[in-house]
Amino acid sequence: MTEIQQEALDQSLEVIKGDMSALWIIIAAILVFFMQAGFTLVEVGFTRSKNAGSIIMKNVMDLCIGSIMFWAVGYGIMYGSEVILGGFFRASPSEQGYFFFSATDWYNLFFQTVFCATAATIVSGAIAGRTKFSTYLIFSAVLTTIIYPISGSWYWPFDDDAWLNTAGFIDFAGSSVVHAVGGSAALVAAFMVGPRIGKYVDGKVNAIPGHNMTFGALGVLILWLGWFGFNGGSQLAWGGDDTVAVGSVIINTNLAAAIGAIAAMFLTWVRYGKPDISMTLNGALAGLVGITAGCGAVNAWGALIIGLICGITVVLSIDFIDKKLKIDDPVGAISVHGVCGFLGTVLVGIFALDGGLLYGGGAKLIWVQTYGSLSYLAWAALCTFIILFILKKTIGLRVSKEQEIDGLDVHEHGSEAYPEHITNDK
Amino acid sequence: MKKIEAIIRKSKFDELKKALHQIEVNFFSYWDVTGVGNEKQGHVYRGISYSTSDIQRRYLTIVVSDEFLERTINTILDVASTGNVGDGKIFVSDVIEAYRIRTKESGQAGIN
Repeated sequence: MTEIQQEALDQSLEVIKGDMSALWIIIAAILVFFMQAGFTLVEVGFTRSKNAGSIIMKNVMDLCIGSIMFWAVGYGIMYGSEVILGGFFRASPSEQGYFFFSATDWYNLFFQTVFCATAATIVSGAIAGRTKFSTYLIFSAVLTTIIYPISGSWYWPFDDDAWLNTAGFIDFAGSSVVHAVGGSAALVAAFMVGPRIGKYVDGKVNAIPGHNMTFGALGVLILWLGWFGFNGGSQLAWGGDDTVAVGSVIINTNLAAAIGAIAAMFLTWVRYGKPDISMTLNGALAGLVGITAGCGAVNAWGALIIGLICGITVVLSIDFIDKKLKIDDPVGAISVHGVCGFLGTVLVGIFALDGGLLYGGGAKLIWVQTYGSLSYLAWAALCTFIILFILKKTIGLRVSKEQEIDGLDVHEHGSEAYPEHITNDK
Repeated sequence: MKKIEAIIRKSKFDELKKALHQIEVNFFSYWDVTGVGNEKQGHVYRGISYSTSDIQRRYLTIVVSDEFLERTINTILDVASTGNVGDGKIFVSDVIEAYRIRTKESGQAGIN
């Protein structure tokens, strides 16, 4: 083969690899999109039937709003070519103005859009059963337009202007960028909205059982499936070494989820006498959120230990937030996404094959991981507080007591998820 | 004629139905009821223990002639018992009259 032939062949292979990568990213993005169904089912299942319609609407609408706002503004802020305020955020000048997306990497926009929608939808579970629909819509729009894209731009463009990238921060698929942001917003939102009526009465913590564990389990399994796209797709490439890396990422993801569920199951068995269904489901999600940061940086053993730690932590954290802090989080979103998102990010500093404490990298990476993740937590908490404070003073955060007791479905949407001949759990 | 009302465990229903058929008590009505009582049904949800004061039971109404009364009662007492709190109760009361709608028969003929 002549040198020219070789060159032509190499170029063709590059083109094929590029196309394969794009195809994988599109497939992965479709899987992540499906996670919206998972979130909806988990949240509906873990709450009462009188609020099922309200949760459906919140989950569908944050996806719709996020899809449009992230295309219109968010993507430019996160990935734009023009760096503003020393890398605080970005913009992408184009013939259509500063924001509206008009490049050719549409598949990347799609991939990032569904990630943004994931961050947004985490919040709806923590505030289920008492939050005003209109308030949630506004909050969701702000989160997908400004909050998530700004903090996302600190790391994910993976260039020299992303300050966490230059610091050596590792968050492969977004334990912090996506989940800790959503979880932190969920914490502040659940605190500001306040608990559901009947959750804390005269100092006593009451159980408000979810109405459909079948939905909860189906939702978790759909999320689990979607996560293979969430983490696997974040390799952002396919072919050769990248294919091997994607395989490793997917195995790490699956192992962490499995051990997370097992850990949560045994812990509830010991603590409460019986293996708790919804907590076991939360354990799988905890493992998934925890491994999201490190799935490209650790080996299978590291993934197992990270999943194990997160599965145990999520049970203790849900207990603590529910019984000690008395913040009412019906689905455990704060613990799953916020606490395990933070924990998973920090644990990369210990288990990363390159730079982790266990592999001779010293404590530097732990420190970077910690302040990186805390930056995301603090940013989301601060923004959420400001927005909800304004909304509280204007349109209010909660529905009326009467509306809450009757159920949000009847008052806010004029219908019920289940007509009254199926349920009477008023 | 007597009306026997029995509140029993749902788990004992099939066994009781079979036993009643064996003593030729073939007609009765039943429905599922919710009540409160001494028994506490303990649950744990996400680490929080709670007990529902609502207890699910099955309620049977059997109208029998006087000669069937004793063996019907004995059958229920034997079959529906587990020995634990919450086995249920039986109430017996007089029935003034019974009619069969199709044939317009009354009295004994109305119930069998």
